[in-house]
Amino acid sequence: MSTPAITAQPDGKPPRAKWRRRSVLPGFGLSLGYTIAYLSLIVLLPLAGLAISAASLGWNEFWAIAFDPRVSAALQLSFGAAMLAAVVNTVFGVLIAWVLVRYRFPGRRWLDAAVDLPFALPTAVAGIALATLYAPNGPFGAVLENVFGVKVGFSALGVVFALMFVGLPFVVRTVQPVLEEIDRETEEVSATLGAGRFRTVTRVILPAMFPAILTGFALSFARGVGEYGSVIFIANNLPFESEIAPLLIVIKLDEHNYAGATAIATIMLVIAFVMLFVINVLQAWSRKWFGHE
Amino acid sequence: MQVRVANVSKNYAGMAALSDVSLTVGSGELVALLGPSGSGKTTLLRTIAGLESPDSGVVYFDDRDASESRIQDRGVGFVFQHYALFRHMRVMDNIAFGLRARRKSKPKDGDIKKRVMELLDLVQLSGLEKRFPSQLSGGQRQRVALARALAIEPRVLLLDEPFGALDARVRKDLRRWLREIHERTGHTTLFVTHDQEEALELADRVVVMNRGQIEQSATPDEIYDTPATPFVFSFIGESSVIPVTIGNGRATLDERVIDLEIGRLPDGPAQLFLRPEDVAMVTDGGPGIPGLVVSTRRIGGMRRVTMECGLARHRIEFDASAELAIQNSQRVQVRIVGGRVYGAGQEGYATEKLAASATADFKWARAEGWLDR
Amino acid sequence: MSSNAAQKNRQKQAIGEGPITRAILIALALAFLGVMLIAPLLVVFIEAFGRGVGVFFDSLTSPHTMSALQLTLLVAAIAVPANLVFGVAAAWAIAKFDFRGKAFLLTLIDLPFAVSPVVSGLVFVLLFGANSALGPWLDANNIKILFAVPGIVLATIFITFPFIARELIPLMQQQGSSEEEAAVSLGAGGWRTFFLVTLPNVKWGLLYGVLLCNARAMGEFGAVSVVSGHIRGQTNTLPLHIEILYHDNKAAAAFAVASLLALLALVTLAVKSILEARFAGSLAAQRRH
Repeated sequence: MSTPAITAQPDGKPPRAKWRRRSVLPGFGLSLGYTIAYLSLIVLLPLAGLAISAASLGWNEFWAIAFDPRVSAALQLSFGAAMLAAVVNTVFGVLIAWVLVRYRFPGRRWLDAAVDLPFALPTAVAGIALATLYAPNGPFGAVLENVFGVKVGFSALGVVFALMFVGLPFVVRTVQPVLEEIDRETEEVSATLGAGRFRTVTRVILPAMFPAILTGFALSFARGVGEYGSVIFIANNLPFESEIAPLLIVIKLDEHNYAGATAIATIMLVIAFVMLFVINVLQAWSRKWFGHE
Repeated sequence: MQVRVANVSKNYAGMAALSDVSLTVGSGELVALLGPSGSGKTTLLRTIAGLESPDSGVVYFDDRDASESRIQDRGVGFVFQHYALFRHMRVMDNIAFGLRARRKSKPKDGDIKKRVMELLDLVQLSGLEKRFPSQLSGGQRQRVALARALAIEPRVLLLDEPFGALDARVRKDLRRWLREIHERTGHTTLFVTHDQEEALELADRVVVMNRGQIEQSATPDEIYDTPATPFVFSFIGESSVIPVTIGNGRATLDERVIDLEIGRLPDGPAQLFLRPEDVAMVTDGGPGIPGLVVSTRRIGGMRRVTMECGLARHRIEFDASAELAIQNSQRVQVRIVGGRVYGAGQEGYATEKLAASATADFKWARAEGWLDR
Repeated sequence: MSSNAAQKNRQKQAIGEGPITRAILIALALAFLGVMLIAPLLVVFIEAFGRGVGVFFDSLTSPHTMSALQLTLLVAAIAVPANLVFGVAAAWAIAKFDFRGKAFLLTLIDLPFAVSPVVSGLVFVLLFGANSALGPWLDANNIKILFAVPGIVLATIFITFPFIARELIPLMQQQGSSEEEAAVSLGAGGWRTFFLVTLPNVKWGLLYGVLLCNARAMGEFGAVSVVSGHIRGQTNTLPLHIEILYHDNKAAAAFAVASLLALLALVTLAVKSILEARFAGSLAAQRRH
């Protein structure tokens, strides 16, 4: 338990450490101390290990690995496929959120619950299921290949499909609460002012949802870049064609090439941090947008 | 128990929520902290409770520095604005919470139950002890919150906007009832409100706050009749303000003398504050301050008239008989029969209560363009 | 969504899309969810029982599956309570107090969401591997972390530690501190306030966080794959076991094991839906994972 809450200084000056507002509730020192200690041990220490390993590489070695054609191809595939999947997920995620929030139809609750499936289903399970579905002789794969001439399973396109699976709930679950909060009166005002439905949706509702949509997109994208389990089963993992960056890290590790693994991981981490930063900025922006602060 | 706040200051993020506030509340007194939002009244209440700690200054309970005891041992009964009932506990468990939390001399279960029933009877909620807070109306929740605070036999009872979230009728009932409870239990009580009517009706003493400072601390009558500062005058009741200049013991508006008995006010700019009842319309053709009627509205048996006077078109509100047909743009004359003048004093404000009637000539006003439109 | 809002929506259908647009949009959403989410789930169970119930149960009761199941349960049994204590401590500090650096701390807690599972595994390989600073010392003292149970537990804790904290923080922030202040002003101490006032108010959110954390802990693949070394019967968790079976062309067995984890996911979702329907107010409105 922390020090007594009320400690007016005898000389009448404000008390020293002003880094936190004092509170009457106890346990600040204990809970924050434990939080920071645990965080340092479990997260910061291992990440520091990665940083040290990366730093000991030296620039030349680092760039040599980063610009290795196979590594570049893998990074391009990871980021490109994640981007494509996030775009598709944004379109359909907004649509699904809209349908779930605005319409009432039988089975809506089931559908709503099903959206979280990728959160709960282990990626390896999703991976083998998707691989079976989209394999050239699988139920979806056969149709896609014979009717449309598109090969999804065991190709780069398979990567996109797997990332669509894992990323979809991020968009829906980010957009849904914001859509629920939107005041229907603003739509009614728009209608009374003579705006048609399309105009109301595009000029009134979508702009209000925009920050949330962007956030959902970024989250879906970030998840897709790092995804491993669901992808390796559906892609055939050929270098330069359908080999993702996380898989390449695993391969380098299997070859005991720690330097290579470290360099790829560092590049991915730096990009992931930038993404995280952007997400936080977007969230602050969206809160301001809706006057929550 | 007496509560004494001595030179308390408190800042939030560089903003002064309380600046050098001192206040003494006598034992058994019922005091209202009144002020607009952001005036620091809730901060002061929470500081007395020990929920906030002052940056400087001390809160004394009976000459003992209250900060020497932990909040748990302070013995304050605090009623939160939104009640802060424990929503997962039944009414009886809410009320019994403080008794069960006692370390020393924890009462027996039977005694706790008895005490809870007494309190439920006191707050007129007998029979609802098994309900959860969500099954109660706003007024009932408020009374549970009060019973919970009273259960620990507090040395001082503090209520934050106790009736703020209730509708007008329930509010009136609870007000009367809180007064009764106070008379029966005799706790030193402070409550925060932004409703002047509530403060004036309920409290023995009203403390008007503004911008983290106490403007006036006085009985309801004094607050209304002799407001210490222009802020108090304009915050309580209805008022019109006219800037005047004082020189040679006389007040002038636009360099025209308004014949007022100014008394000992120093020379210089001053403000003339008028309540509607301080202004009378001249109907007998006698002298008065001339003006143009800009609006009228009916208030009960009277007609509230707004007129403009002076070059800067200052607005004065007054009541006239509802039988008089007064129209917009009509020329009228008024006589000042009361009100206060606030001039700049050595410290704060010097104030004089007016008793004299004002006279002015309708004709000069016309010549100076007062009434030109 | 609350029934109140639902009612509101029903009343105000004068403004909105026409029935045809509505039907098309619903059909599109249903089709997308059906193809993207429901179909993979169905495939798991169809394939699991495709070769008959006998094969299904044989696959589940094989010694390797049983040892993988045991290891998975063990890992979850360590990782979830550890993260539970952390989540509660972090939420208490962050939601009930104002201090500088709070936003930074929140970002740190979010870190594992943004890090690839493979990288999460890699950092432990670099920390405890043979050519790390610690490696030789661990070797000399015969402490096995990598390619052993401790490594798997650590990687799982790393991956799952935001879940409970992230569930509790918004919930406790939204509830504010006035009930705790009331308890303290009535004479209750810190632990009493926490167990009698705070905990009952967040218990459903806490349960939900534990469920998510547990689902992820039992299903984690990438990070565990990197640190485990895939030693059958020793360092194989259920997801890793699925991979091995699948690559050994034992698809039916792989799906049988997968159906076990899929069932866990379904139970998690079912409990979540029940919690949300029943205790909508006591779960945070907005959440992401």
